Amino acid sequence: MDAGTVGAISTVLVTIAFFGVCFWAFSPKLKKRFEEDAKLPFADEPQDKHTDDHK
Amino acid sequence: MGSHATVAGDPPAYDFDIVRKFSIMTIVWGIFGMGVGVLIASQLVWPGLNDLLQPYTSFGRLRPLHTNAVIFAFGGCALFATSYYVVQRTCQAPLFGGWLVPFTFWGWQAVIVLAAITLPLGMTSAKEYAELEWPIDILLALVWISYAIVFFGTIVKRRTSHIYVANWFYGGFIVTVAVLHIVNSAAIPVTLTKSYSAYAGAADAMVQWWYGHNAVGFFLTAGFLGMMYYFVPKQAGRPVYSYQLSIVHFWALISLYIWAGSHHLHYSALPDWTQSLGMVMSLILLAPSWGGMINGIMTLSGAWHKLRTDPTLRFLVVALSFYGMSTFEGPMMAIKNVNALSHNTDWTVGHVHSGALGWVAMISIGALYHMLPKLFNREEMYSVKLINLHFWLATVGTVLYVVAMWINGIGQGLMWRAFNPDGSLTYSFIETVVFSKGGYVMRAIGGAFFLTGMLIMAYNTYRTVNAAKKAAESAHQPAQAPAV
Repeated sequence: MDAGTVGAISTVLVTIAFFGVCFWAFSPKLKKRFEEDAKLPFADEPQDKHTDDHK
Repeated sequence: MGSHATVAGDPPAYDFDIVRKFSIMTIVWGIFGMGVGVLIASQLVWPGLNDLLQPYTSFGRLRPLHTNAVIFAFGGCALFATSYYVVQRTCQAPLFGGWLVPFTFWGWQAVIVLAAITLPLGMTSAKEYAELEWPIDILLALVWISYAIVFFGTIVKRRTSHIYVANWFYGGFIVTVAVLHIVNSAAIPVTLTKSYSAYAGAADAMVQWWYGHNAVGFFLTAGFLGMMYYFVPKQAGRPVYSYQLSIVHFWALISLYIWAGSHHLHYSALPDWTQSLGMVMSLILLAPSWGGMINGIMTLSGAWHKLRTDPTLRFLVVALSFYGMSTFEGPMMAIKNVNALSHNTDWTVGHVHSGALGWVAMISIGALYHMLPKLFNREEMYSVKLINLHFWLATVGTVLYVVAMWINGIGQGLMWRAFNPDGSLTYSFIETVVFSKGGYVMRAIGGAFFLTGMLIMAYNTYRTVNAAKKAAESAHQPAQAPAV
């Protein structure tokens, strides 16, 4: 395989990987999970007042 | 809170002593590095300042001292402090590593002090942002590997099931900087203080700018984005705008940045296709950069009113605005035609400082103002008014600096390439230097503004720590009080 073919194949693979990440991240099934994960910075401080969340 | 993110029970006792040490040294090295910056900016206005103590205070020796001090001493300490703070709190686990933890602090300070001694003495490998000679490079590599063990060890023993996105950015930064430093610093030692690069010719230039640009991409961007993903939500009191976007942001940013380095070598001996590739990858890089910036700024949606009363939050948000501005400017300057005008002019210096002062320093300062009261058990900093004053000094200073360099850079670029009809140059070089003087004065003033802000921060921090000490003392006092 010459360098051009390797380049072409890797471009296609990286493109697939990128769209894979996008579909994974934005899949509706995981929406809830990521919303919970986003709250991690507030999780270790029960007295933290972040009332804005619930407005 | 969902069971996914947290575990029951109180968070463990965190190791904040190391965070306090790095936080204080961030301010100390910030003042030192920016002080040297103001000095060399003044040297360009009053060349006589080069002769303070020749040859140690010549511009050529102090300039690498300035860049090393602000990037690795100030920026590095800020990254150590915040990453140790964030990784503990989002993993709900104290730091892993035992004696390696203090070793990262003392080792890093030793590297900085050695740099501050050797660079003015003229000991340099002559690689930009990697000037330190080989024995210091080896110490730096050891410190960095210890840092990786401490950081990833803490992630391994986390009590949460998920690894928060800020830690992904910190982790990506730590791994990539280790690879960059070790590869680019490969050299053949001749004596204790002199070595030659293991690479030669155009390959050496390519390795150097693969390192140099990714020092920007991973040290000065990914690490500070880790800071952004923790401190912006914390200070705004609400979770990040889109966690999904932050995942795409991470993977896109780390897979794209690594290809852009060759835009530093436009119109050089580097193969032409490599230059074009660097240009295209730099343009694509705009997408993840702005995705991250929008994600940070939109975190404030519904909480914009807080900006009116909270100067710490203002630091964080203005940092993101400068990040957006300089990550737009960068890809534009990577376009070969634009680069033909901007290369080697002050425009480049202005671009770097809109990122360094506007983004890196401001996000660090905001993170420190958030962290310091918590580290010293105070409700808030000694004076919020002084934070506000610092904010305006920093903002005005950065704008003065960047605008001065735009004027100078574009003017220099146009003058350098102006030809007379007979093919001779319209301007001699000295004419462009005379043209630049106004901008140099304005730049020195802008830098002095920024430095003054840091001095105010040091005072504010001193009073905060002092108040914490007094509070701790008076807490012991009631036992003795009846005797008085």
